Amino acid sequence: MTDNTACTLIKPRQYKSDVKPVWCPGCGDFGVLGSITKAFSGLQIQPENAAVISGIGCSSRMPTYLSTYGFHGVHGRALALATGLKIARPDLTVIATGGDGDGFSIGGNHFLHTCRRNPDMTYIVMDNQVYGMTKGQASPTTESYWEKSKLTPSGTGINPFQPLVIALASGANFIARCSSSDTNGTARIIMEAIRHPGFSMVQILSPCVTFRPEQREWKNMLIPAPDAMQATSDSAQAARLLLTDEGVYTGILYVGRRPVYQPKPESGITDIKELDEEFRL
Amino acid sequence: MSEITNRPKHFIRSAEELLAYSLALETEAVERFNDLADQMEMHHNYDVADLFRKLAKIESFHVDHVNQASEGKQLPNLQAWEFEWEGGESPEGGLMGEAHYLMKPWHAIELAMHGEKRAVAFFRHVAETATDDKVRKMALELAEEEEEHVALLQKWQERFPKPEEGWDEDLDPPAMLE
Repeated sequence: MTDNTACTLIKPRQYKSDVKPVWCPGCGDFGVLGSITKAFSGLQIQPENAAVISGIGCSSRMPTYLSTYGFHGVHGRALALATGLKIARPDLTVIATGGDGDGFSIGGNHFLHTCRRNPDMTYIVMDNQVYGMTKGQASPTTESYWEKSKLTPSGTGINPFQPLVIALASGANFIARCSSSDTNGTARIIMEAIRHPGFSMVQILSPCVTFRPEQREWKNMLIPAPDAMQATSDSAQAARLLLTDEGVYTGILYVGRRPVYQPKPESGITDIKELDEEFRL
Repeated sequence: MSEITNRPKHFIRSAEELLAYSLALETEAVERFNDLADQMEMHHNYDVADLFRKLAKIESFHVDHVNQASEGKQLPNLQAWEFEWEGGESPEGGLMGEAHYLMKPWHAIELAMHGEKRAVAFFRHVAETATDDKVRKMALELAEEEEEHVALLQKWQERFPKPEEGWDEDLDPPAMLE
């Protein structure tokens, strides 16, 4: 028998649950699911040592499709939940997942302050520039001229939110952009994001084939950032790139060295029975 | 569909390395077709789901075949991103973005054929650029096998009429633009 069959490594498919995704065929989120499982396998994280936390939206269904711990939480609150979990259980690998609406509109405030706090976790945003689950309204990252929703028949007319610029300005410690069609490249970047201490922000451009079918072309438009700009620790250089690249550069675009936020729980309660006591009616 | 050839960026240096590439290619194909079958089942497109499931089964025989050929050899243990496929994805991976919930069996076979043709191009390229005779011979054999698969798929596809324009129109769409 060869080594490749004899080894006991955890394969990517072992991180998938038995629940089959309900996403539209062709959706970029399938690729992201594949990338997350490949990254977990690359790090050989035991499923019981990881937790994937989400809010609401198509992409927020991610925890359901993974065999790790998961929590499909409240709209926009994935980062608040994930931060709490990481503070309480620093031993866990904590990943927050969601979409652009959940993360930057409803959860926009949490996004800013999680970047500021810099807890040691990874935030994967599947950005399709539309609210897909509620049938195609403009989201914070939608182009100002997008006219396909009846709510904004002349486009939103306002500047799209620039998540990576905001993340950099707010203190995120690792910033990357990827394409869902590049599942292997995205897996490598997610792995690096998990490894890097502090708050890692990974924006994955993930087409909504139902409401933004033109986004299928993204795979031909995105290009790797120049080598000299990959993984820079120079925040001014990263800012210049992120403000001028029109969202087409992929790769690790900033790597910071800020201290990680990891306060010790102050309650002094170490026994679950004591905790129960506190809530007894 | 993307015209990326998925040639390796560098030479394949040994039979073991070629087998590792071949195993990854076939394993990705099995997983991809099973994923596509799941998607179609989820959207009640059962004919196409069955077809994808059959394709996954056929690809799993290819995985067995590569595993048999690897018997007694120590293959390099590469992570998914360490394979130097041109365009980043294996020839028979990267097909997920082309799926549609109303796709017909003809489309499913077209998709499979596209992957197989890319696999042929991959193994042909390896054979052309190999400096090791063993690698060249094995790559040619693998290319011929993939060509046989293309021919079989072409015959299979003839059983289904090419869908007419508008096959993807849904009179009762699950999700309507407002």
